[in-house]
This record gives sequence, structure tokens and C-alpha cells, in this order.
Amino acid sequence: MFIDLINTYDWKSTTDLIYSKTDSEVQMALKLKHRSTNDFMALISPAAEPYIEEMARQSQMITQKRFGKTTQLYVPLYLSNFCENNCVYCGFNTENKIKRKVLSFDEIKEEVIAIKNLGFEHILLVTGEADFKAGAAYLKKVFEIIKPYMSLISIEVQPLKSDEYSELIKQGLNTVYLYQETYNRERYSIYHPKGNKSHFENRLMTYEHLGNAEVHKIGLGILAGLEDWRTDSLFTALHLNYLKKNYWKTKFSISFPRLRPHSGNFEPNSIMTDKHLAQLIFAYRLFDENVEIALSTRESAVYRDNMLKLGVTSMSAESRTHPGGYAHSYLNTELEQFSVNDNRIVSEIADMIRSKGYEAVWKDWDHILQ
Amino acid sequence: MMEALKIADKTFNSRLFTGTGKFESGELMRDALIASESELVTMALRRIDLKEKKDNILQYLIEAKFNLLPNTSGVRNAKEAIFAAELAREALETNWLKLEIHPDPRYLLADGEETLKAAEELVKKGFVVLPYVQADPVLCKKLEDVGTATVMPLGSPIGSNSGLNTRDMIRIIIEQSNIPVIVDAGIGAPSHAAEAMEMGANAVLVNTAIAVSKNPIDMAIAFKLAVRAGRIAFEAKLAEKSDLANASSPLTSFLS
Repeated sequence: MFIDLINTYDWKSTTDLIYSKTDSEVQMALKLKHRSTNDFMALISPAAEPYIEEMARQSQMITQKRFGKTTQLYVPLYLSNFCENNCVYCGFNTENKIKRKVLSFDEIKEEVIAIKNLGFEHILLVTGEADFKAGAAYLKKVFEIIKPYMSLISIEVQPLKSDEYSELIKQGLNTVYLYQETYNRERYSIYHPKGNKSHFENRLMTYEHLGNAEVHKIGLGILAGLEDWRTDSLFTALHLNYLKKNYWKTKFSISFPRLRPHSGNFEPNSIMTDKHLAQLIFAYRLFDENVEIALSTRESAVYRDNMLKLGVTSMSAESRTHPGGYAHSYLNTELEQFSVNDNRIVSEIADMIRSKGYEAVWKDWDHILQ
Repeated sequence: MMEALKIADKTFNSRLFTGTGKFESGELMRDALIASESELVTMALRRIDLKEKKDNILQYLIEAKFNLLPNTSGVRNAKEAIFAAELAREALETNWLKLEIHPDPRYLLADGEETLKAAEELVKKGFVVLPYVQADPVLCKKLEDVGTATVMPLGSPIGSNSGLNTRDMIRIIIEQSNIPVIVDAGIGAPSHAAEAMEMGANAVLVNTAIAVSKNPIDMAIAFKLAVRAGRIAFEAKLAEKSDLANASSPLTSFLS
């Protein structure tokens, strides 16, 4: 289990090791064709910062070879903002006095039709973590409604049980996004004081359940702004390697959401600059040619436009981060999880992708394949 | 000057088969494929909308009158492949199928066991099956035995552009095969394609090297010429390479 592996690492000495990487180690890592986690450490270290241009060049080349000149588009649909956790950085925190809403099945149908009319085929269903409001049985019903309209269905919800995942896969579930947020075990509880999410090990075990259920794709990642992003990214890379070895039929996607303004008053504990995020994305691409990398509307339009050709493989667009954002505009943004940064409508984003000499891919899956 | 290639009920004047993924736009894909003079193009079922057929890729291919070779990329076992194949046949009105079963989503390496199982079933159901496989000579013979139209061994992993790293196995497959051998995957340069054709491959399938080239149209033309050159050389009985120098004076003149 990954927990056994992570227990052999000490946070502080791992951090020191990353920060001790030298110029020559970075140069060596840049020359290699296949890179180890040790090389990855060099590439995310401060010593690699002067080489960001070279990293971008290699990242672009590798990504084009593996994924072509394409960018996949997806849209999140927030089903519910009820949550039993009180994560200090999140607008859905159970202690935040915001309006709570779970979409009815009729509302979901209207939402998905509105989304389909925008052109989307890939949908990401998001909820707060509240089994009593939006558990596996609710999701199963939601899948029945959505499946006729969407080619690929992903979820970002509370951890479910293995058999619940298996059941949803039968209903058309393709991808599960689950974020550990931080791999710093000692400090994890500071950010996640209560609720199911407060159990570091349980959350980590969920990835094994996902692998055993043979879900097609697992999305993992950290929330940048909690602990040192370099150390957390290294643990993500170790986790990715572990999962690839043990669940060889599963695809992986990573992303590095950065904290955005939200309801509540938590301030980031560490800052990841635009340049840092770029360095990290390039380092990942140099480390793993095949991993999918997503960049959401948390990032600015200008940043996304420029990163599009440098390693990123999928993007959300026209995201509304509150339940009922597409067909029910009367449900206002008081319900939202965080405020998005790139507010463009999807047709503008598709035009931008074309203008960059890339193809926007709306559909890259079909229910007939699973 | 170059023999036509016959597969099942179709005859091809071009021995360059092409893929449709990774292009920066549908227009560029169409123009590059036209420039390649390819007559058989494969496209992933997962990319097209079988219900509405409104997808760009499909429209361009139908308008340009290419022979379509739908592929099952994305399925992980024989059962899923057969299910997808039947729906594709109905929707696209072709019984041609590039059978791809790769449960490994990273290197996209074919599962020989499941491929053989699915091929046998699909042939019985009337499909013209072109299976993508490892360069495994024994598996290729077994596929021939169950009635596939071709075998499509890889030159190196998909998208790697590494060339014919499996050349020793490809040579054996060609030597033993009674059905066309199409080298698929890993061909990154026209010289790789020419090499496969000189060895006696009946055709090659190229996608990434054309699609992500800085100039896909010119690259398509380069591949077209390389495939043709390689084939003509093969048909003209390319002289065997020899490591031995020809002795200038005979060694056996003492034997009268």
C-alpha cells in the first residue's frame, strides 16, 4: 500500500533534499530520456529555475508527440454544495454560512441539456462531501439521466466504497478525480479538522479502491497553497509511480489547483507563483510522457492561453462553481465553491485554441467502449 | 511499376495507410491525407459521434471519399471490442475493423490473448479484421489461422517515432505470412517506412509522424514517396547486404 511507502519518507529531510539539488544535477536531468524521481526532484528544485525555457521546449515537444496538437475540453457541473467536512480553505466548509443546494433530477436534466447545447461531451460532476445528500445511490440516478447526453462522465465527490465505484463504472463512470490536497501527514489535520476528510490514511486508501475497481482514469493532485509545493509534488510523483505499477490498466491525470478567493478567511500558507506552476507542469511532462495534465479556470485566461501548448492536455471551460450554474441562473453565485479566474465562454476558448494552431477535442470517449 | 495491394475485397494502389489523430485541425488532417494519396484511413471510434455523425473528422473523411477503417482504441478486452465493433459496423456501414485491444493505457501495447479471442469471433461475424499486435510471429500465424485479413505488427511503441526496433521479428513475420503484413506504430521518419517496405512489408500505417510534423502536408508527401520507393526496391529484388568482401582472385581456382 502507498501508505507503507510514504511512511518511509520524512517530510523535512525530503524537502531539504529537493532544495539541495545543484545546477549540474539539473543539467544531467535535462539530458536524459527517461527520468527517475531523483531527476524529477532536480527539475522541481530552485536550481532548475534558470532552465525553465529549456524545460518548456522539451515539454512542448514530448506533449505534441504523445497527445498531438490537441486540447481536450470538459465542463464541471456542481450537483450539490452540502458538505460534512470543514476544510479551512474551501467555500463549501460546513461551518460557512452559505446557501446550500442539491440539484433535483429535473434540474440536472435541464443543466445537462444546457451543457450539451454549449457543445460539451465530457462532463465532470462535482459535489461537496455529503453522503446523506449526494451519495452513491443519488449519483447512480444522476448517471442514468446524464448518460444519453454525455460521452464521458467523471466525478469529483467524496470517497466511495469499492463496490460503489464498480457499480458506477457499469453506469458509465470513466474518471474519478480525488485530491489528497497535501501529503504532509503531520499538518494534514490542520487543514482538514473534521469530517471524513480529516482521516489522512482513509483518503489515501481510496486510491487503492479506485485501482481495484478498475476505473478507467484516476485524477490526482495537491492543492497548491497549503504546504511547500515542491515537496508535495514529489509525493504526488511517488504516488503516481506507485499507482501506475499496481494498477496498470488505469490512466492518470494530474492537476495542481492553486487556492482561489472563496468564502471564509484562510490565507495560503505557501505561495506558488505562475512561474513555479509552469516549472512544475514542465517537470511532470519531462518525468512522465503519458500523464494527462489539466489546467482549470482557476487560472487566468492569459496564463491558460500560453500554457496550452506547453504540456497541458485538458482544460475546463465556462465553469460555474455553484449548483445549477448553466440552466438555473437564478441560483446565484452565493452558492459557489470558489470564484473562477478565466470567465470566458466556451466558444471563445475554442476559438482561442484554434487560433493557437491546436484542435479543441470535445469528444474522446464513447460509452460503447466500456 | 508497383503492384497493387489486395486486402479482402478491396484493391489499393497506395501502400501508405494513415491515421487521423493528433492533427491541429480537421482541415489540415484532410489536406495532409489527400496529399499522402492514402486510400485507407483509420479513426478512433471514441472520437466520433456514432449517433449524429456530426463530427468534423468523420465529415472530412466521408467527403474526401476515403475508405474508413474504424479502430477500437480504448477497449480493454475482447468482449468490449466485439461490442464496439458491432455498433461501429451498423453506424458506419463498413465491416472493416482495425482491432486494437490495449488494456495498458500508457504504451498502448496490444493484448495478444484478447486480440486473438476477439479476432476469431469477429471473423465469424463477417468482419474484415486488421489486428494491431506486438511483433510476435507466433501470434501473427495464429491470427492468420483464424482468418484475419492482415496482421499489423508494431515497429516500436505507438507515437514513439523510434522506427523499426522490432525489425528481426518483423522480418520473420513477413517471411512466414500468407496475408498482408502492415507495419503499424513507431514509424517516425520516411526512412523508417522505406525500410519496412524494402523488407517486404505490404504496407505501413503512419499517423503521429505526419500529424505533429511542422508541415504535415509536405511530410505526408515525403511518406508517400518513401513508401513507394521502398516497395519498388523490394519488387526490383534489392540486392542482399553482404558483410563479406568479394575476393578479387578466386579462392577455388585450384579445383579443376
